[in-house]
Amino acid sequence: MVELKANKIGFRYGGTKKWILKNLSISLKDNQVKGLIGESGGGKSTLCKILAGYEGNFEGELKIDKLNTNDSKFNQVQLIFQHPERTMNPKWKMKQSLDESWEVSDDILEKFGIKKSWLNRWPNELSGGELQRFSIIRALNPKTKFLIADEITTMLDAVTQVQIWKLLLSMAKERKIGILVVSHDKELVNEICDEVVYLDDINHDIKYNL
Amino acid sequence: MSFDKERFKSPYSFLFGSMNLRTKTLLIISLVGLILFAIVVNSLFINVDNITTNFSIKNSQPSLQHPFGTDWMGRDMFIRTMKGLGLSVIIGAMASILSTMIAIFLALSSTLGKYFDHCVSGVTNLFLSIPHILLIILISISLGGGIIGVVVGVSLTHWIPLTRVLRAEIKQINTSTYVKLSKNFGRTKWWIAKNHLLPLLIPQIVLGTILIFPHAIMHEASVTFLGFGLSPHEPAIGIILSESMKYLSNGAWWLAFFPGLSLLIIVLLFDLIGDNLQRLLDPTQANE
Repeated sequence: MVELKANKIGFRYGGTKKWILKNLSISLKDNQVKGLIGESGGGKSTLCKILAGYEGNFEGELKIDKLNTNDSKFNQVQLIFQHPERTMNPKWKMKQSLDESWEVSDDILEKFGIKKSWLNRWPNELSGGELQRFSIIRALNPKTKFLIADEITTMLDAVTQVQIWKLLLSMAKERKIGILVVSHDKELVNEICDEVVYLDDINHDIKYNL
Repeated sequence: MSFDKERFKSPYSFLFGSMNLRTKTLLIISLVGLILFAIVVNSLFINVDNITTNFSIKNSQPSLQHPFGTDWMGRDMFIRTMKGLGLSVIIGAMASILSTMIAIFLALSSTLGKYFDHCVSGVTNLFLSIPHILLIILISISLGGGIIGVVVGVSLTHWIPLTRVLRAEIKQINTSTYVKLSKNFGRTKWWIAKNHLLPLLIPQIVLGTILIFPHAIMHEASVTFLGFGLSPHEPAIGIILSESMKYLSNGAWWLAFFPGLSLLIIVLLFDLIGDNLQRLLDPTQANE
Protein backbone atom coordinates (compact mmCIF):
# COMPACT_ATOMS: atom_id res chain seq x y z
CA MET A 1 0.00 0.00 0.00
CA VAL A 2 1.23 3.44 -0.92
CA GLU A 3 0.40 6.48 1.08
CA LEU A 4 0.64 10.20 0.53
CA LYS A 5 1.24 11.99 3.79
CA ALA A 6 1.38 15.70 4.47
CA ASN A 7 2.59 16.57 7.95
CA LYS A 8 2.09 19.92 9.67
CA ILE A 9 1.91 21.92 6.48
CA GLY A 10 2.16 25.67 6.90
CA PHE A 11 1.90 28.12 4.04
CA ARG A 12 1.69 31.83 3.34
CA TYR A 13 2.07 33.60 0.05
CA GLY A 14 5.39 35.34 -0.47
CA GLY A 15 5.62 38.70 1.22
CA THR A 16 2.43 38.42 3.26
CA LYS A 17 2.32 37.71 6.96
CA LYS A 18 -1.03 35.99 7.01
CA TRP A 19 -0.88 32.22 7.21
CA ILE A 20 -3.28 30.45 4.90
CA LEU A 21 -2.50 26.94 6.09
CA LYS A 22 -1.01 26.14 9.47
CA ASN A 23 -0.22 22.83 11.13
CA LEU A 24 -2.31 21.00 8.59
CA SER A 25 -1.99 17.25 8.27
CA ILE A 26 -3.72 15.08 5.72
CA SER A 27 -3.09 11.65 4.32
CA LEU A 28 -4.34 9.75 1.33
CA LYS A 29 -4.02 6.03 0.64
CA ASP A 30 -4.11 4.52 -2.82
CA ASN A 31 -7.44 2.90 -3.47
CA GLN A 32 -9.03 5.55 -1.29
CA VAL A 33 -11.41 8.27 -2.40
CA LYS A 34 -11.29 11.09 0.09
CA GLY A 35 -13.38 14.21 0.01
CA LEU A 36 -12.18 17.62 1.11
CA ILE A 37 -14.77 20.31 1.69
CA GLY A 38 -14.00 23.91 2.37
CA GLU A 39 -15.20 27.45 1.89
CA SER A 40 -14.01 29.40 -1.11
CA GLY A 41 -10.88 31.34 -0.23
CA GLY A 42 -10.11 28.87 2.51
CA GLY A 43 -6.95 27.52 0.93
CA LYS A 44 -8.27 24.42 -0.84
CA SER A 45 -6.53 25.13 -4.12
CA THR A 46 -3.34 26.14 -2.32
CA LEU A 47 -3.32 22.83 -0.51
CA CYS A 48 -3.85 21.03 -3.82
CA LYS A 49 -0.88 22.85 -5.36
CA ILE A 50 1.33 21.93 -2.40
CA LEU A 51 0.31 18.28 -2.53
CA ALA A 52 1.02 18.08 -6.26
CA GLY A 53 4.35 19.85 -6.01
CA TYR A 54 3.42 23.12 -7.71
CA GLU A 55 4.17 25.21 -4.65
CA GLY A 56 7.60 24.66 -3.14
CA ASN A 57 7.82 27.23 -0.36
CA PHE A 58 5.87 25.60 2.43
CA GLU A 59 6.63 24.46 5.94
CA GLY A 60 6.22 20.91 7.11
CA GLU A 61 6.86 17.80 5.10
CA LEU A 62 5.32 15.93 2.24
CA LYS A 63 5.99 12.23 2.02
CA ILE A 64 5.12 9.70 -0.65
CA ASP A 65 6.10 6.08 -0.41
CA LYS A 66 7.99 5.44 -3.59
CA LEU A 67 7.24 2.19 -5.29
CA ASN A 68 8.69 0.78 -8.49
CA THR A 69 9.23 4.08 -10.25
CA ASN A 70 11.62 3.95 -13.15
CA ASP A 71 11.06 7.55 -14.12
CA SER A 72 11.88 9.56 -11.05
CA LYS A 73 11.01 12.84 -12.75
CA PHE A 74 7.37 12.02 -13.29
CA ASN A 75 5.30 13.25 -10.37
CA GLN A 76 3.16 10.45 -8.97
CA VAL A 77 0.75 13.01 -7.59
CA GLN A 78 -1.13 14.60 -10.44
CA LEU A 79 -3.35 17.63 -10.09
CA ILE A 80 -6.41 18.14 -12.27
CA PHE A 81 -7.14 21.84 -12.46
CA GLN A 82 -10.41 23.68 -12.20
CA HIS A 83 -9.76 25.53 -15.46
CA PRO A 84 -8.64 23.05 -18.13
CA GLU A 85 -8.15 25.74 -20.79
CA ARG A 86 -5.10 27.02 -18.89
CA THR A 87 -3.48 23.61 -18.85
CA MET A 88 -3.26 23.30 -22.65
CA ASN A 89 -0.70 25.04 -24.82
CA PRO A 90 -2.92 27.21 -27.07
CA LYS A 91 -0.73 26.49 -30.13
CA TRP A 92 -0.88 22.70 -29.74
CA LYS A 93 -3.53 20.47 -31.17
CA MET A 94 -5.29 18.22 -28.68
CA LYS A 95 -3.41 15.14 -29.91
CA GLN A 96 -0.08 16.71 -29.04
CA SER A 97 -1.34 17.77 -25.61
CA LEU A 98 -2.45 14.21 -24.88
CA ASP A 99 0.83 12.72 -26.05
CA GLU A 100 2.75 15.01 -23.73
CA SER A 101 1.60 12.79 -20.86
CA TRP A 102 1.13 9.31 -22.28
CA GLU A 103 -0.11 7.44 -25.33
CA VAL A 104 -3.79 6.96 -24.77
CA SER A 105 -5.58 4.02 -26.31
CA ASP A 106 -8.67 4.56 -28.41
CA ASP A 107 -11.05 2.75 -26.09
CA ILE A 108 -10.23 5.04 -23.18
CA LEU A 109 -10.92 8.04 -25.40
CA GLU A 110 -14.19 6.45 -26.40
CA LYS A 111 -15.11 5.73 -22.80
CA PHE A 112 -14.68 9.38 -21.92
CA GLY A 113 -16.81 10.38 -24.87
CA ILE A 114 -14.03 12.02 -26.84
CA LYS A 115 -14.63 12.02 -30.57
CA LYS A 116 -11.71 11.25 -32.85
CA SER A 117 -12.17 14.52 -34.71
CA TRP A 118 -11.50 16.47 -31.51
CA LEU A 119 -7.89 15.29 -31.54
CA ASN A 120 -7.16 17.51 -34.53
CA ARG A 121 -8.69 20.61 -33.01
CA TRP A 122 -7.10 23.52 -31.16
CA PRO A 123 -7.92 23.98 -27.47
CA ASN A 124 -10.01 27.08 -28.15
CA GLU A 125 -12.28 25.08 -30.44
CA LEU A 126 -13.49 22.86 -27.59
CA SER A 127 -15.76 23.68 -24.68
CA GLY A 128 -14.61 23.68 -21.06
CA GLY A 129 -16.29 20.34 -20.38
CA GLU A 130 -14.70 18.75 -23.44
CA LEU A 131 -11.28 20.08 -22.47
CA GLN A 132 -11.70 18.83 -18.92
CA ARG A 133 -12.08 15.27 -20.22
CA PHE A 134 -8.74 15.64 -21.97
CA SER A 135 -7.05 16.94 -18.84
CA ILE A 136 -8.49 14.09 -16.77
CA ILE A 137 -7.14 11.54 -19.26
CA ARG A 138 -3.77 13.25 -19.25
CA ALA A 139 -3.61 12.95 -15.47
CA LEU A 140 -4.48 9.24 -15.66
CA ASN A 141 -0.97 8.37 -16.77
CA PRO A 142 -0.13 4.73 -15.89
CA LYS A 143 2.53 6.05 -13.50
CA THR A 144 0.07 8.20 -11.56
CA LYS A 145 -0.56 7.02 -7.98
CA PHE A 146 -2.61 9.88 -6.59
CA LEU A 147 -5.03 12.29 -8.19
CA ILE A 148 -5.92 15.64 -6.70
CA ALA A 149 -9.21 16.69 -8.26
CA ASP A 150 -9.67 20.39 -7.62
CA GLU A 151 -13.31 21.21 -8.46
CA ILE A 152 -12.93 19.37 -11.73
CA THR A 153 -16.58 19.00 -12.64
CA THR A 154 -18.01 22.36 -11.67
CA MET A 155 -18.38 23.44 -15.28
CA LEU A 156 -20.15 20.28 -16.38
CA ASP A 157 -23.89 19.59 -16.41
CA ALA A 158 -25.27 17.06 -13.95
CA VAL A 159 -25.52 14.18 -16.42
CA THR A 160 -21.97 14.55 -17.71
CA GLN A 161 -20.74 15.06 -14.19
CA VAL A 162 -22.09 11.66 -13.15
CA GLN A 163 -20.72 10.01 -16.28
CA ILE A 164 -17.23 11.45 -15.80
CA TRP A 165 -17.04 10.59 -12.13
CA LYS A 166 -18.22 7.02 -12.72
CA LEU A 167 -15.49 6.52 -15.28
CA LEU A 168 -12.83 8.17 -13.20
CA LEU A 169 -13.72 6.13 -10.11
CA SER A 170 -13.76 2.85 -11.99
CA MET A 171 -10.41 3.56 -13.60
CA ALA A 172 -8.97 4.62 -10.27
CA LYS A 173 -10.11 1.38 -8.68
CA GLU A 174 -8.62 -0.64 -11.50
CA ARG A 175 -5.24 1.08 -11.22
CA LYS A 176 -5.23 1.55 -7.45
CA ILE A 177 -5.16 5.31 -7.64
CA GLY A 178 -6.04 7.37 -4.59
CA ILE A 179 -8.22 10.38 -5.27
CA LEU A 180 -8.63 13.53 -3.22
CA VAL A 181 -11.92 15.13 -4.26
CA VAL A 182 -11.81 18.82 -3.47
CA SER A 183 -15.09 20.62 -3.75
CA HIS A 184 -17.63 22.86 -2.07
CA ASP A 185 -20.42 20.61 -3.35
CA LYS A 186 -21.28 18.50 -0.30
CA GLU A 187 -23.78 16.31 -2.13
CA LEU A 188 -21.25 15.30 -4.75
CA VAL A 189 -18.54 14.59 -2.21
CA ASN A 190 -20.86 12.57 0.04
CA GLU A 191 -21.97 10.55 -2.95
CA ILE A 192 -18.58 9.46 -4.25
CA CYS A 193 -16.17 9.49 -1.32
CA ASP A 194 -15.35 6.85 1.29
CA GLU A 195 -14.33 9.49 3.75
CA VAL A 196 -14.97 13.24 4.01
CA VAL A 197 -12.84 15.79 5.82
CA TYR A 198 -13.57 19.47 6.30
CA LEU A 199 -10.75 21.92 5.70
CA ASP A 200 -11.78 23.93 8.74
CA ASP A 201 -11.32 20.88 10.94
CA ILE A 202 -7.82 20.03 9.77
CA ASN A 203 -6.76 23.65 9.44
CA HIS A 204 -8.22 24.76 12.77
CA ASP A 205 -5.15 26.73 13.80
CA ILE A 206 -6.17 29.32 11.26
CA LYS A 207 -9.82 29.28 12.19
CA TYR A 208 -9.19 29.99 15.85
CA ASN A 209 -6.22 32.25 15.12
CA LEU A 210 -3.80 30.19 17.16
CA MET B 1 -31.05 43.79 -40.62
CA SER B 2 -29.08 42.97 -43.70
CA PHE B 3 -25.30 43.05 -43.74
CA ASP B 4 -24.12 46.18 -45.49
CA LYS B 5 -21.37 44.78 -47.68
CA GLU B 6 -20.43 48.12 -49.24
CA ARG B 7 -19.60 49.61 -45.87
CA PHE B 8 -17.11 46.94 -44.94
CA LYS B 9 -15.35 46.94 -48.28
CA SER B 10 -11.60 47.35 -48.12
CA PRO B 11 -10.23 50.39 -50.00
CA TYR B 12 -8.08 47.97 -52.02
CA SER B 13 -10.98 45.78 -53.07
CA PHE B 14 -10.60 46.89 -56.69
CA LEU B 15 -7.15 45.28 -56.63
CA PHE B 16 -7.86 41.92 -55.07
CA GLY B 17 -11.59 41.55 -55.47
CA SER B 18 -13.24 38.99 -53.24
CA MET B 19 -10.02 37.24 -52.28
CA ASN B 20 -9.67 35.60 -48.88
CA LEU B 21 -7.98 37.93 -46.39
CA ARG B 22 -5.27 35.39 -45.65
CA THR B 23 -4.47 34.86 -49.32
CA LYS B 24 -4.45 38.60 -49.82
CA THR B 25 -2.00 39.14 -46.98
CA LEU B 26 0.25 36.37 -48.25
CA LEU B 27 0.11 37.85 -51.75
CA ILE B 28 1.12 41.30 -50.51
CA ILE B 29 4.00 39.87 -48.50
CA SER B 30 5.35 37.80 -51.38
CA LEU B 31 4.95 40.63 -53.91
CA VAL B 32 6.78 43.14 -51.73
CA GLY B 33 9.39 40.54 -50.84
CA LEU B 34 9.95 39.89 -54.53
CA ILE B 35 10.43 43.59 -55.26
CA LEU B 36 13.01 43.94 -52.49
CA PHE B 37 14.78 40.77 -53.58
CA ALA B 38 14.89 42.05 -57.16
CA ILE B 39 16.44 45.33 -56.00
CA VAL B 40 19.20 43.50 -54.15
CA VAL B 41 19.95 41.08 -57.00
CA ASN B 42 19.87 43.90 -59.52
CA SER B 43 22.31 45.99 -57.49
CA LEU B 44 24.75 43.08 -57.26
CA PHE B 45 25.12 43.11 -61.05
CA ILE B 46 25.78 46.84 -61.23
CA ASN B 47 29.49 47.44 -61.41
CA VAL B 48 30.41 50.79 -59.93
CA ASP B 49 33.20 51.26 -62.46
CA ASN B 50 30.69 51.01 -65.27
CA ILE B 51 28.84 54.10 -64.11
CA THR B 52 30.58 56.19 -66.70
CA THR B 53 31.26 59.84 -66.28
CA ASN B 54 30.10 61.80 -69.30
CA PHE B 55 30.58 65.52 -68.98
CA SER B 56 28.58 66.27 -72.13
CA ILE B 57 25.36 65.38 -70.28
CA LYS B 58 26.28 66.66 -66.83
CA ASN B 59 23.54 68.13 -64.64
CA SER B 60 20.79 67.12 -67.06
CA GLN B 61 17.21 67.03 -65.82
CA PRO B 62 15.23 63.79 -65.54
CA SER B 63 14.41 62.49 -69.02
CA LEU B 64 13.44 59.18 -70.61
CA GLN B 65 17.10 58.14 -71.03
CA HIS B 66 17.99 59.19 -67.51
CA PRO B 67 14.83 58.88 -65.41
CA PHE B 68 16.51 60.23 -62.28
CA GLY B 69 18.66 62.76 -64.15
CA THR B 70 22.45 62.96 -64.07
CA ASP B 71 24.88 64.49 -61.61
CA TRP B 72 27.67 67.03 -61.99
CA MET B 73 29.93 64.44 -63.61
CA GLY B 74 27.24 63.19 -65.98
CA ARG B 75 26.70 59.89 -64.12
CA ASP B 76 23.26 58.32 -64.40
CA MET B 77 21.50 58.85 -61.07
CA PHE B 78 19.05 55.97 -61.60
CA ILE B 79 21.83 53.39 -61.68
CA ARG B 80 23.61 55.00 -58.73
CA THR B 81 20.37 55.05 -56.72
CA MET B 82 19.63 51.40 -57.49
CA LYS B 83 23.13 50.42 -56.40
CA GLY B 84 22.70 52.46 -53.23
CA LEU B 85 19.34 50.89 -52.42
CA GLY B 86 20.78 47.40 -52.78
CA LEU B 87 23.58 48.35 -50.41
CA SER B 88 21.07 49.77 -47.95
CA VAL B 89 18.98 46.59 -47.96
CA ILE B 90 22.05 44.38 -47.51
CA ILE B 91 23.34 46.48 -44.60
CA GLY B 92 19.83 46.55 -43.11
CA ALA B 93 19.62 42.76 -43.37
CA MET B 94 22.99 42.22 -41.69
CA ALA B 95 22.21 44.70 -38.92
CA SER B 96 18.74 43.36 -38.16
CA ILE B 97 19.86 39.73 -38.11
CA LEU B 98 22.71 40.65 -35.75
CA SER B 99 20.31 42.63 -33.53
CA THR B 100 17.90 39.72 -33.42
CA MET B 101 20.71 37.40 -32.36
CA ILE B 102 21.68 39.79 -29.56
CA ALA B 103 18.01 40.04 -28.52
CA ILE B 104 17.53 36.26 -28.42
CA PHE B 105 20.75 35.80 -26.46
CA LEU B 106 19.84 38.45 -23.88
CA ALA B 107 16.23 37.31 -23.54
CA LEU B 108 17.32 33.72 -22.97
CA SER B 109 20.00 34.69 -20.45
CA SER B 110 17.42 36.70 -18.49
CA THR B 111 15.69 33.42 -17.68
CA LEU B 112 18.81 31.95 -16.06
CA GLY B 113 18.17 33.62 -12.72
CA LYS B 114 17.17 36.73 -10.87
CA TYR B 115 20.63 38.26 -11.08
CA PHE B 116 20.82 37.76 -14.85
CA ASP B 117 17.35 39.20 -15.24
CA HIS B 118 18.33 42.36 -13.34
CA CYS B 119 21.46 42.67 -15.49
CA VAL B 120 19.50 42.38 -18.75
CA SER B 121 16.84 44.90 -17.74
CA GLY B 122 19.57 47.25 -16.50
CA VAL B 123 21.47 47.10 -19.80
CA THR B 124 18.18 47.51 -21.70
CA ASN B 125 17.30 50.64 -19.75
CA LEU B 126 20.83 52.00 -20.16
CA PHE B 127 20.66 51.66 -23.94
CA LEU B 128 17.13 53.08 -24.00
CA SER B 129 18.33 56.22 -22.28
CA ILE B 130 20.95 57.09 -24.93
CA PRO B 131 19.75 58.51 -28.26
CA HIS B 132 20.22 55.96 -31.05
CA ILE B 133 21.93 58.19 -33.52
CA LEU B 134 24.52 59.37 -30.98
CA LEU B 135 25.41 55.83 -30.01
CA ILE B 136 25.63 54.67 -33.62
CA ILE B 137 27.98 57.57 -34.45
CA LEU B 138 30.20 56.80 -31.45
CA ILE B 139 30.39 53.07 -32.18
CA SER B 140 30.93 53.66 -35.89
CA ILE B 141 33.78 56.12 -35.25
CA SER B 142 35.46 53.88 -32.72
CA LEU B 143 35.40 51.01 -35.20
CA GLY B 144 36.83 53.18 -37.95
CA GLY B 145 33.64 53.64 -39.96
CA GLY B 146 32.92 51.72 -43.15
CA ILE B 147 30.42 48.90 -43.51
CA ILE B 148 31.61 47.14 -40.34
CA GLY B 149 31.30 50.28 -38.24
CA VAL B 150 27.79 51.01 -39.48
CA VAL B 151 26.54 47.42 -39.17
CA VAL B 152 27.94 46.96 -35.66
CA GLY B 153 26.71 50.38 -34.61
CA VAL B 154 23.19 49.81 -35.89
CA SER B 155 22.90 46.26 -34.55
CA LEU B 156 24.20 47.25 -31.11
CA THR B 157 21.42 49.82 -30.80
CA HIS B 158 18.39 48.07 -32.29
CA TRP B 159 18.00 44.95 -30.16
CA ILE B 160 16.11 46.71 -27.37
CA PRO B 161 12.41 46.42 -28.35
CA LEU B 162 12.74 42.79 -29.42
CA THR B 163 14.61 41.87 -26.24
CA ARG B 164 11.85 43.34 -24.12
CA VAL B 165 9.14 41.57 -26.10
CA LEU B 166 10.94 38.21 -25.96
CA ARG B 167 11.77 38.54 -22.27
CA ALA B 168 8.16 39.29 -21.40
CA GLU B 169 6.91 36.49 -23.63
CA ILE B 170 9.30 33.91 -22.12
CA LYS B 171 8.31 34.97 -18.61
CA GLN B 172 4.64 34.62 -19.43
CA ILE B 173 5.06 31.18 -20.97
CA ASN B 174 7.32 29.93 -18.18
CA THR B 175 4.79 30.81 -15.49
CA SER B 176 1.85 29.38 -17.40
CA THR B 177 0.01 26.36 -16.05
CA TYR B 178 0.76 24.21 -19.07
CA VAL B 179 4.51 24.57 -18.60
CA LYS B 180 4.22 23.71 -14.90
CA LEU B 181 2.09 20.73 -15.82
CA SER B 182 4.71 19.67 -18.34
CA LYS B 183 7.33 19.66 -15.58
CA ASN B 184 4.99 17.54 -13.46
CA PHE B 185 4.72 15.08 -16.34
CA GLY B 186 8.48 14.66 -16.01
CA ARG B 187 9.53 16.68 -19.03
CA THR B 188 12.99 18.22 -18.93
CA LYS B 189 13.77 21.93 -19.23
CA TRP B 190 15.31 21.38 -22.64
CA TRP B 191 12.21 19.52 -23.85
CA ILE B 192 9.98 22.35 -22.63
CA ALA B 193 12.17 24.99 -24.27
CA LYS B 194 12.06 23.11 -27.57
CA ASN B 195 8.38 22.18 -27.61
CA HIS B 196 6.61 24.90 -25.63
CA LEU B 197 8.81 27.99 -25.83
CA LEU B 198 10.31 27.96 -29.28
CA PRO B 199 7.12 27.49 -31.36
CA LEU B 200 5.47 30.33 -29.44
CA LEU B 201 8.50 32.61 -29.86
CA ILE B 202 9.30 32.11 -33.55
CA PRO B 203 6.53 34.44 -34.81
CA GLN B 204 7.80 37.20 -32.51
CA ILE B 205 11.39 36.64 -33.65
CA VAL B 206 10.54 36.74 -37.37
CA LEU B 207 8.34 39.78 -36.93
CA GLY B 208 10.92 41.53 -34.76
CA THR B 209 13.66 41.01 -37.35
CA ILE B 210 11.54 42.49 -40.13
CA LEU B 211 10.44 45.46 -38.04
CA ILE B 212 14.09 46.31 -37.27
CA PHE B 213 14.81 46.55 -41.02
CA PRO B 214 13.30 49.99 -41.75
CA HIS B 215 14.97 51.53 -38.69
CA ALA B 216 18.31 50.00 -39.59
CA ILE B 217 18.14 51.32 -43.17
CA MET B 218 17.15 54.82 -42.07
CA HIS B 219 19.86 54.99 -39.43
CA GLU B 220 22.47 53.70 -41.84
CA ALA B 221 21.51 56.42 -44.33
CA SER B 222 21.46 59.19 -41.74
CA VAL B 223 24.80 58.26 -40.18
CA THR B 224 26.35 58.05 -43.64
CA PHE B 225 24.76 61.37 -44.56
CA LEU B 226 26.40 62.97 -41.53
CA GLY B 227 29.75 61.58 -42.67
CA PHE B 228 30.36 59.02 -39.92
CA GLY B 229 29.33 55.93 -41.84
CA LEU B 230 30.26 54.44 -45.19
CA SER B 231 33.24 55.80 -47.09
CA PRO B 232 32.52 58.45 -49.75
CA HIS B 233 33.39 56.27 -52.75
CA GLU B 234 30.59 53.84 -51.86
CA PRO B 235 27.39 54.72 -53.79
CA ALA B 236 25.20 54.62 -50.66
CA ILE B 237 22.02 56.64 -50.43
CA GLY B 238 23.45 58.65 -47.54
CA ILE B 239 26.51 59.59 -49.61
CA ILE B 240 24.37 60.51 -52.62
CA LEU B 241 22.19 62.73 -50.46
CA SER B 242 25.07 64.51 -48.76
CA GLU B 243 26.84 65.12 -52.09
CA SER B 244 23.67 66.52 -53.61
CA MET B 245 23.50 69.18 -50.90
CA LYS B 246 26.18 71.20 -52.73
CA TYR B 247 24.19 71.25 -55.97
CA LEU B 248 20.71 71.82 -54.57
CA SER B 249 21.19 75.60 -54.60
CA ASN B 250 22.03 75.38 -58.31
CA GLY B 251 18.56 73.99 -58.90
CA ALA B 252 19.57 70.33 -59.27
CA TRP B 253 16.60 69.13 -57.18
CA TRP B 254 16.52 65.68 -58.77
CA LEU B 255 19.84 64.74 -57.16
CA ALA B 256 18.20 64.62 -53.72
CA PHE B 257 14.55 64.09 -54.58
CA PHE B 258 14.64 60.73 -56.37
CA PRO B 259 17.19 58.90 -54.16
CA GLY B 260 15.40 60.18 -51.06
CA LEU B 261 12.01 59.13 -52.39
CA SER B 262 13.30 55.65 -53.30
CA LEU B 263 14.73 55.22 -49.82
CA LEU B 264 11.39 56.21 -48.35
CA ILE B 265 9.58 53.71 -50.59
CA ILE B 266 11.95 50.90 -49.57
CA VAL B 267 11.39 51.67 -45.90
CA LEU B 268 7.62 51.74 -46.40
CA LEU B 269 7.75 48.42 -48.27
CA PHE B 270 9.48 46.79 -45.30
CA ASP B 271 6.89 48.31 -43.01
CA LEU B 272 4.17 46.88 -45.24
CA ILE B 273 5.70 43.40 -44.96
CA GLY B 274 5.94 43.76 -41.19
CA ASP B 275 2.33 44.90 -40.83
CA ASN B 276 0.96 42.12 -42.98
CA LEU B 277 3.13 39.50 -41.34
CA GLN B 278 1.84 40.62 -37.96
CA ARG B 279 -1.71 40.18 -39.23
CA LEU B 280 -0.87 36.71 -40.40
CA LEU B 281 0.95 35.58 -37.27
CA ASP B 282 -1.25 37.27 -34.71
CA PRO B 283 -4.77 37.56 -36.15
CA THR B 284 -6.21 38.85 -32.86
CA GLN B 285 -4.34 42.11 -33.30
CA ALA B 286 -5.35 42.59 -36.92
CA ASN B 287 -8.06 45.10 -36.14
CA GLU B 288 -5.97 47.34 -33.94
